[in-house]
Amino acid sequence: MALNITASRPDPALLDLPWELPLETWPEDNLAALPRGISRHVVRFVKLSGRVLAVKEIKADIAEREYQMLRVLNRLEVPCVEPFGVVSGRLDRQGNALDACLITRHLQFSLPYRALFSQSLRPGTSSRLIDALAVLLVRLHLTGFWWGDVSLSNTLFRRDAGAFAAYLVDAETGELHQTLSHGQRDHDLDIARVNIAGELMDLEAGGYLEAGTDPVDTSNQIVTRYAELWAELTELERFERGDRWRVDSRIRRLNDLGFDVDELSISTDFDGTHIQIQPKVVDAGHHSRRLLRLTGLDVEENQARRLLNDLDSYRASQDRQNDDEEIVAHEWLTRVYEPITRAVPRDLAGKLEPAELFHEVLEHRWYMSERAGHDVPIEDAIQDYVATVLPSKPDEATVVGVDTVEMPVVAMFDDL
Amino acid sequence: MATVKFDEATRLYPGNDKPSVDRLNIDIEDGEFLVLVGPSGCGKSTSLRMLAGLEEVNAGKIWIGDRDVTNLSPKDRDVAMVFQNYALYPHMSVADNMGFALKIAGVDKGEIRKRVEEAAKILDLSQYLERKPKALSGGQRQRVAMGRAIVRSPQVFLMDEPLSNLDAKLRVQTRTQIASLQRRLGVTTVYVTHDQVEAMTMGDRVAVLKDGILQQCDSPRHMYDHPNNVFVAGFIGSPAMNLLDVQAGDGGVDVGGSTVPVERARLAGASGGNLTLGVRPEDLELTTEGQGIPVTVDVVEELGADAYIYGSTKARQHIEADDDNDAPEKPFIARVDGRRPPKKGDTVYLAPKQGHLHLFDAESGARLGD
Ligand SMILES: Nc1ncnc2c1ncn2[C@@H]1O[C@H](COP(=O)(O)OP(=O)(O)OP(=O)(O)O)[C@@H](O)[C@H]1O
Ligand SMILES: Nc1ncnc2c1ncn2[C@@H]1O[C@H](COP(=O)(O)OP(=O)(O)OP(=O)(O)O)[C@@H](O)[C@H]1O
Ligand SMILES: [Mg+2]
Ligand SMILES: [Mg+2]
Repeated sequence: MALNITASRPDPALLDLPWELPLETWPEDNLAALPRGISRHVVRFVKLSGRVLAVKEIKADIAEREYQMLRVLNRLEVPCVEPFGVVSGRLDRQGNALDACLITRHLQFSLPYRALFSQSLRPGTSSRLIDALAVLLVRLHLTGFWWGDVSLSNTLFRRDAGAFAAYLVDAETGELHQTLSHGQRDHDLDIARVNIAGELMDLEAGGYLEAGTDPVDTSNQIVTRYAELWAELTELERFERGDRWRVDSRIRRLNDLGFDVDELSISTDFDGTHIQIQPKVVDAGHHSRRLLRLTGLDVEENQARRLLNDLDSYRASQDRQNDDEEIVAHEWLTRVYEPITRAVPRDLAGKLEPAELFHEVLEHRWYMSERAGHDVPIEDAIQDYVATVLPSKPDEATVVGVDTVEMPVVAMFDDL
Repeated sequence: MATVKFDEATRLYPGNDKPSVDRLNIDIEDGEFLVLVGPSGCGKSTSLRMLAGLEEVNAGKIWIGDRDVTNLSPKDRDVAMVFQNYALYPHMSVADNMGFALKIAGVDKGEIRKRVEEAAKILDLSQYLERKPKALSGGQRQRVAMGRAIVRSPQVFLMDEPLSNLDAKLRVQTRTQIASLQRRLGVTTVYVTHDQVEAMTMGDRVAVLKDGILQQCDSPRHMYDHPNNVFVAGFIGSPAMNLLDVQAGDGGVDVGGSTVPVERARLAGASGGNLTLGVRPEDLELTTEGQGIPVTVDVVEELGADAYIYGSTKARQHIEADDDNDAPEKPFIARVDGRRPPKKGDTVYLAPKQGHLHLFDAESGARLGD
C-alpha cells in the first residue's frame, strides 16, 4: 500500500519525515523535545517548515475518526488542538505494515499538567487547573460533545492572567450528539473525577504535588465547579414581575463568567404575576471577543478581562470616557500595550506569551507600588521585571526536559 | 452479582421518526455472558448505553437484580464499563493502580488491600503488586487496567467493542482470554460487537438485533442450528448460509428444476408457495443427478482435509429487502471432501444432510417447522 496523507492543506515537507520507521525510533534531529502527558500511544513532536507538530501513532480508523472529530470541534470553536492530517499506509523497510499517525499542530505555550508540577508552584495550582477544566467541560457539553476520557493528561493548559485556560487534546473517545443526556454528562464527570484523583495521587507518589493538597478533595472540585457553572448557564430562574432587574443581573453574571447570552427565553405565568427566564444559547469568550473587536488582540478570556480593565483605567486617567471607545482602544494599544510587550529582549521572548507578560508586568507594578508607597510608572515596572523576574522563568513556548511518560497498554493477555 | 432485564426498553432519539431500540426484551441471568450483535446501526450500542444509564429510556424499564434502574444515574447503577481508556500511573505501584478508585469511593484500607489481592490472584498479578507499571509486560498492564474494574466488584460488566483497536491476531487471542476471565469471575456481562464470529465464540447467549428490533436471543449452538428467521440465518455463520428463493411443490420444494424433499407438515405454516431455503455450506452432501441441487462449479478452494466450492444454481439467491440490489450475485458455497474435490466447470448435485435444511416464509422471513 502506498503512503496516504489526508490533510486539508498538506505540506509536501511531510513526505520527508521517516514514516518507514516506528515513531518510537525516529531520530533525534527530527524531534522537538517538548513535554507530554501520560498516554498509551507513542506521541512525538516534530519540527516541520518552521512549526511544531504532534504526531501520534494509532490505528488508521481511529486516527481518521479523531482527525474528523477535531475538525468538527475546531469548526464549533471549542478550545482544542488543531488537526493537521493523517498519514496511513505506512510500511517499514521489510514491508510490514505500521500503524497510522494522527498529526496535530503543537499548541504553543501550552503546558501539560505534569510539566506545571515540575516547576516551582504557586499554591493552589491544582485547584486552578481544575477550574479551567470545569469550564472546558461545560463548554464541550453545551455543544453536545461527550468526551469519554476526561483527564488532566488529555487537557492542555495555557496561562491565563494568573489562572489557566484549558484545551482538549485527546478526542479519541469523544462523540458528538445533538444534546447530551443527564446520564452522559454525569458519566463524563465521574470519569473526570476518578482520572483527576488518579493523576494527582500519581503526582503525590512521585513527590510532585504541592504540600497540603488532597487528591480526592481536589478531584471532587470538578463536580462542584461544573455544577455551579452549568446551573448558572442553563437553569430556569423564576421571580416576581416587579423584579425585572433580575434579567439584567443574570446576563451580567454570565458576562462575568465569560459568557455572552445569545438567546434568553423570557415567559410569564398564566396569571402574569411571575416571570421565568432561561438562557438558551450562551457563547464563551465574552471578554476576549470584545477585546478582539476593539484592538485586534486575540488572547485568553482572563487575559482579555485584565487588558480591558487596564484599557478602562487608561480611559479614565486620560479623561477620555466620552470619546469613541475604538479610538481610545487603539491609542492604548500603541501607547501602553505594545511598548510593554516589545520591551522584552528577543532572547527572553519565548518565556511568556505577550498578553501573559503584560498581565505579569501589571502585577509586578502593583507590588512595586505597594513597596514604594506610591504609583510606579509602568515603564519602570517593565524594566525591573525584565531585569529581575523574567530571566528565571522557564521557556514556555518550548518547555524541555520534563518527565514524560508513555504507558502502552497492549491488549494482550500474553501469559494468563 | 445480578440479573439484568430489558423490559420493553425503547429509545427514540430526538429528531428521529423511528426508535433506535424498539421494545427490547431480554432476561439476562446472573453470571451470564450475553453478547449483543448485529450490523452497523442496529441499536446494540444504544441498548448497552440504556443499561449503563448513558441514554434515556423513552419507554419500558431496565432492571438490575430487583432494582428498577431506569432513571438512575450511571454511577448509581453499580455497573462498570470495562476497557474504557484506563490510564496507568507511572509513580504508583500496581496495587495502587488497581485500588485507587476504591480509595476515592471511601473504602477503608484493609478492604481495598483485600480486594486488590483477590483480583490480583485471578489476574495472575500477585507477585507484581509492589512493582511500578513500567516494569510490566503489555499484557500484564492490560490486566492491571482490567483489575481496576474488577476491584470495584460491580454487579455488571459492560463492554462495547473492546477489541476494535486491536489487529486481527490479537483480537482472536484476547477474546478467548476475556471470555475465560469472565467465567472465572462469574460477573454478569453484556458485550457489544458487530462481529458475529466474536459473538458466537464468546457468548453464553447471543442476542441478534436488526433495525432496533431483537431478532433472536439464544445460545450460539441453538441459534446456529435453529435461526428464527432468514435474517439471523444469513447473519450468523461464516461462510454464510446459502439462501435460495424457492417454490413449494409436490413432496418438497422445487430448487432450480430438481426437488428437495420436505415433509408436508413443515410447510403448513407458510403464507403462500414462495419460500426461502437455507442450507449451510458444511451441511451439503454430493449426490447423484436428479437428487439434490444442481450447482455449476466456478471456483474450487482446497484447504487440505476440506475443499470449498463456489458455484451457481438456477435458483435465485435470496436478497434481503435492504440489501444492495446491484451487488454481484453471491455464489452458492459448499464444503466437500478435500481428497476428491470436483473440478471447475463440473456440475455437481448437492443434497442437504438429514435435519439440516432450513425453510423460511418468503413473505415474513419466519422459520418454518422446528
Ligand atoms: N497538538 C498537541 N500539542 C501539545 N501537546 C500535545 C499535542 N498532541 C498531543 N500532545 C501531548 O501528548 C500527550 C498524549 O497525547 P494523547 O492524549 O492524544 O495520546 P493518547 O495515547 O491517545 O492518550 P490516552 O492514553 O489518554 O488515550 C498529551 O497528553 C499531550 O501532552
Ligand atoms: N445521538 C443520536 N441521535 C440520533 N440518532 C442516533 C444517535 N445515536 C445513534 N443514533 C441512531 O440510532 C441507530 C442505532 O445506533 P447504535 O449506535 O446503537 O448502533 P450500533 O448497532 O451500535 O451501530 P455501530 O455498530 O455502527 O456502532 C442508528 O441508526 C443511529 O444512527
Ligand atoms: Mg490521552
Ligand atoms: Mg486517547
